Amino acid sequence: MTEYNFAYLDEQTKRMIRRAILKGLAIPGYQVPFASREMPMPYGWGTGGVQVSAAVLTPKDMFKVIDQGADDTTNAVSIRTFFQRTAGVATTTATSDATVIQTRHRIPEEPLHEGQILVYQVPIPEPLRFLEPRESETRKMHSLEEYGLMHVKLYEDISRHGHIATSYAYPVKVEGRYVMDPSPIPKFDNPKLGDMAAIQLFGAGREQRIYALPPYTQVVSLDFEDHPFEASKADHPCGMCGATDSYLDELIIDDAGGRMFVCSDTDYCEARQTAGHKGKDAA
Amino acid sequence: MTPLLSVQGITKRYGAHIGCADVSFDLYPGEVMGIVGESGSGKSTLLNCMAGHLTPDAGQVVFDTRTNGPRDTITMSEPERRMLGRTDWAFVHQHARDGLRMGVSAGGNVGERLMAVGERNYGDIRDKATDWLGRVEIDASRVDDRPTTFSGGMQQRLQIARNLVTGPRLVFMDEPTGGLDVSVQARLLDLLRGLVRDMGLSAIIVTHDLAVVRLLADRLMVMKSGRVVEAGLTDQVLDDPQHAYSQLLVSSVLQV
Repeated sequence: MTEYNFAYLDEQTKRMIRRAILKGLAIPGYQVPFASREMPMPYGWGTGGVQVSAAVLTPKDMFKVIDQGADDTTNAVSIRTFFQRTAGVATTTATSDATVIQTRHRIPEEPLHEGQILVYQVPIPEPLRFLEPRESETRKMHSLEEYGLMHVKLYEDISRHGHIATSYAYPVKVEGRYVMDPSPIPKFDNPKLGDMAAIQLFGAGREQRIYALPPYTQVVSLDFEDHPFEASKADHPCGMCGATDSYLDELIIDDAGGRMFVCSDTDYCEARQTAGHKGKDAA
Repeated sequence: MTPLLSVQGITKRYGAHIGCADVSFDLYPGEVMGIVGESGSGKSTLLNCMAGHLTPDAGQVVFDTRTNGPRDTITMSEPERRMLGRTDWAFVHQHARDGLRMGVSAGGNVGERLMAVGERNYGDIRDKATDWLGRVEIDASRVDDRPTTFSGGMQQRLQIARNLVTGPRLVFMDEPTGGLDVSVQARLLDLLRGLVRDMGLSAIIVTHDLAVVRLLADRLMVMKSGRVVEAGLTDQVLDDPQHAYSQLLVSSVLQV
């Protein structure tokens, strides 16, 4: 721990990021620009999330990283090791024990509690980006609350597929004001965004934006009156732990069309298996 | 009777060069005004100043709003002006591509303005979009097709449908028939004339095509070098032009 300043970033950078976080918390859903630093990893691997985590970590924190719900994939393991080496913080895979959780594309199944911070890695923070390519124009649309275009996207979904086919990065409206991209979490997780006890911070490194949801914020998924929002998941129980209420990954297990569904949240699944729950595919 | 739009002393300069200078006129409800002139005469600059796309250096554009009566649209706040832009005003671009979202289906294009003013029922939006496609003579089966698969004339008609769906009271048109072949032009003009009469629209049409104003416009302004050189009833100006430039313009039209 002598080679690095605590949590890798220098203190001035952390101060700058904390200011952006505080501003983001003060204006829920508003994208605060910040001077994103080069990190020792490629863009798209969570440079935004890592910077936000570095700015909020304290030596006493218990750190957890998940990638698509899993604690044991490359992205999760490398970021966890990064902070073990550069901050010397304790790490865990148990959701309830962690004080800071950095996540890519999932919200843990287990409800978070007060005092926890959930840090999201965000690839594209601008929900209107693929509808309106000009940044000057999207900023104006946010400031004037002109969000009709967002519904055009949902309209296109219904006209093409018969239902709202957007299944991840599903746009939400925060406290009746800003439309926000919740990062590419499945829309199954959208209802968890609102009224959450933990602080939610979103960091986009390449796009240089930070935004935030303070605890117990109202978050509403956009929809039509006659096509209401629906939090969907694969209609199966988990093959390993038998859970019917968790978000599932579909795994191909042979070349004869065999497949199984397992919880994407590995911590949740393992905890259930330890408690004696068993799915039909469990060994 | 209050004019729907009252333009006073609009001046726009590009550095030392004059875009348009000291243009004033009143437009009454249900009236169609044509602005003609050669390329570079300032007619598009004038139109963009009136529609809020450009900020004029001097002058007033007073619009009779539904709720607050006559208001100067140049000094009103930007949110208010943009709100006008998607409710009471419509803007038909010369190139349909400028006014359409090419990556969005025809139905989505027509529905955008409805959703922008708070419509949130998919069924209603779709019904209105289909209805409007019918009114501009686009087959209802094309509602889910993208405008990229449409011909130039269809794109222009789609742009008109997209603009008129919220029932605007004033339509700005910039060369609406430009780039279309003559038979398609004729159909489009026929359609526009029908819509303007049925909906009681007021319109300001900028064009260099005298046939367009002959068919559509009640009154005419002739512009030259940024200034209005002649104004009056369309038939009067076209049949008995007074200013030398108007005479030149009228005599330049080929007789077939």
